[in-house]
Amino acid sequence: MADLDWVLALKNKFSDTVEEAPSGCLVLPGEDIFRAVNFLKREYGFDYLMNLAAVDYKDRLAVVYNLYSFKLKEKANLKVILPRDNPAIESITEIYAAANWQEREAFDLMGINFTGHPDLRRILLPDDYTGHPLRKDYTKEGFLPMPAV
Amino acid sequence: MPTLEIQQFSVSFGPQHPSTHGVLHLQMDLDGEVIVNCTPHIGYLHRDFEKICENRTYTQIIPFTDRLDYIGAMNNNFGYCLTVEKLLGAVIPERAEYIRVIIAELNRIASHLLAVGTFVQDLGAFGTPLLYCFREREMILDIFEMTCGARLTYSYYRLGGVSADIPEGFVQKVKDFIRYFRPKLADYHRLITNNAIFLIRTKDIGILSKEKALNYAISGPSLRASGIKFDLRKEEPYSIYPRLEFEVPVRNSGDCWDRYIVRMEEMEQSLRIVEQAIDKIPEGDFIAKLPKIIKVPAGELYFRTESPRGELGFYLISDGSTKPYRLKCRAPSFSNLAIISELAKGVKIADVIAILGSLDIVLGEIDR
Repeated sequence: MADLDWVLALKNKFSDTVEEAPSGCLVLPGEDIFRAVNFLKREYGFDYLMNLAAVDYKDRLAVVYNLYSFKLKEKANLKVILPRDNPAIESITEIYAAANWQEREAFDLMGINFTGHPDLRRILLPDDYTGHPLRKDYTKEGFLPMPAV
Repeated sequence: MPTLEIQQFSVSFGPQHPSTHGVLHLQMDLDGEVIVNCTPHIGYLHRDFEKICENRTYTQIIPFTDRLDYIGAMNNNFGYCLTVEKLLGAVIPERAEYIRVIIAELNRIASHLLAVGTFVQDLGAFGTPLLYCFREREMILDIFEMTCGARLTYSYYRLGGVSADIPEGFVQKVKDFIRYFRPKLADYHRLITNNAIFLIRTKDIGILSKEKALNYAISGPSLRASGIKFDLRKEEPYSIYPRLEFEVPVRNSGDCWDRYIVRMEEMEQSLRIVEQAIDKIPEGDFIAKLPKIIKVPAGELYFRTESPRGELGFYLISDGSTKPYRLKCRAPSFSNLAIISELAKGVKIADVIAILGSLDIVLGEIDR
């Protein structure tokens, strides 16, 4: 993956990009993500946002972007690490309309703030719900974790 | 004379409405009969599938995938098992691969039958086409029932293969179905495809352009109806699909009729796939010999398959234990529904029903 054209170009333009060995994700700092995604879409035809996932690593959070290029027939996996307290990142809804609901889901279930999102509301849970169930330390009155299997 | 005050009127469409195909709530601001603004509210079936998965072993998750897209449950089993097997590095016996593909394609036909039947029913063709579709779907469900015992939530696929070998008489029954279904498909075309009322209700309604489809990450038949020839069975082939011959039906105008006809033609192609595979099922095991307690090596993977509704992806993070650390499901209907507020703008209420029916959503996988 490291020698692909677009990877080199991305690393060149955003010098803080690091390749994460086990996952093959390209880890970027949060402030670069909007420009990086925009760059990939404009220059290399990554015009399809397959998936956007939020992950809780216990000591930090992460947002993973899986992009696809119809032109190159290649996938780009980008990752941004966020702090656990007040995680915030720039929204990419302006680039992909598909990110709208995906980001709302990440906000709803993982509590990540997407700045610049046009309509950041809860999507799957009721509007008056408190807490973010996909966090590893989530707890609530009446919530029983699964017994060990 | 007093002046008449005109104001916008807000209507709730659903969550209890037969045309929403489940519990979907569309809030529509109307100017007369024309929609000014359409806001979808989802989540009525939410049970946090992803959180449940973090607390279950890899095998225990399979029944939960059935309940995502319950119309195409076999394909969901398939997508999930392939994702885990990919990270596991498991080798699947040839016989299991053939059974899996035959079952998945039969399930695709059953799913498209339901999609077409309810779509036409929503447009006012009360009864006849729906019951025809259900009659044919019933035959597929019978085949599934004799194979795995269930008619809706199958859990037939297992890590490494399938849960049971195909029963006696399976091959003959599938062949009978193919012989029976081909002429029926032609009947549907005569009954529905060029029906004058159907054409008026669907032609040039809910046009989804190529650019918009990509921007909203639309997938499956809806994407192909917008002129993009993209089918994961061809583009990123998995299982034995590379060995099978089939076409990818495409249409260019992206209206409701195109989405309908793409599904109709896909059924024909699925028949072709089943026809080729059914004669070639090799002898051998139906499931690979995997350890009883399955530990998946640490890693991350996004893997996607073509479900009847589009791109079904699983983003799996494993920490080497018996349970996934994180499993995110990219449900095709979730992305496909997001476009409804855009497509509904400026059309009449009756057309929203056509658009919704042609997108063929299943709320089970939207709400997860």
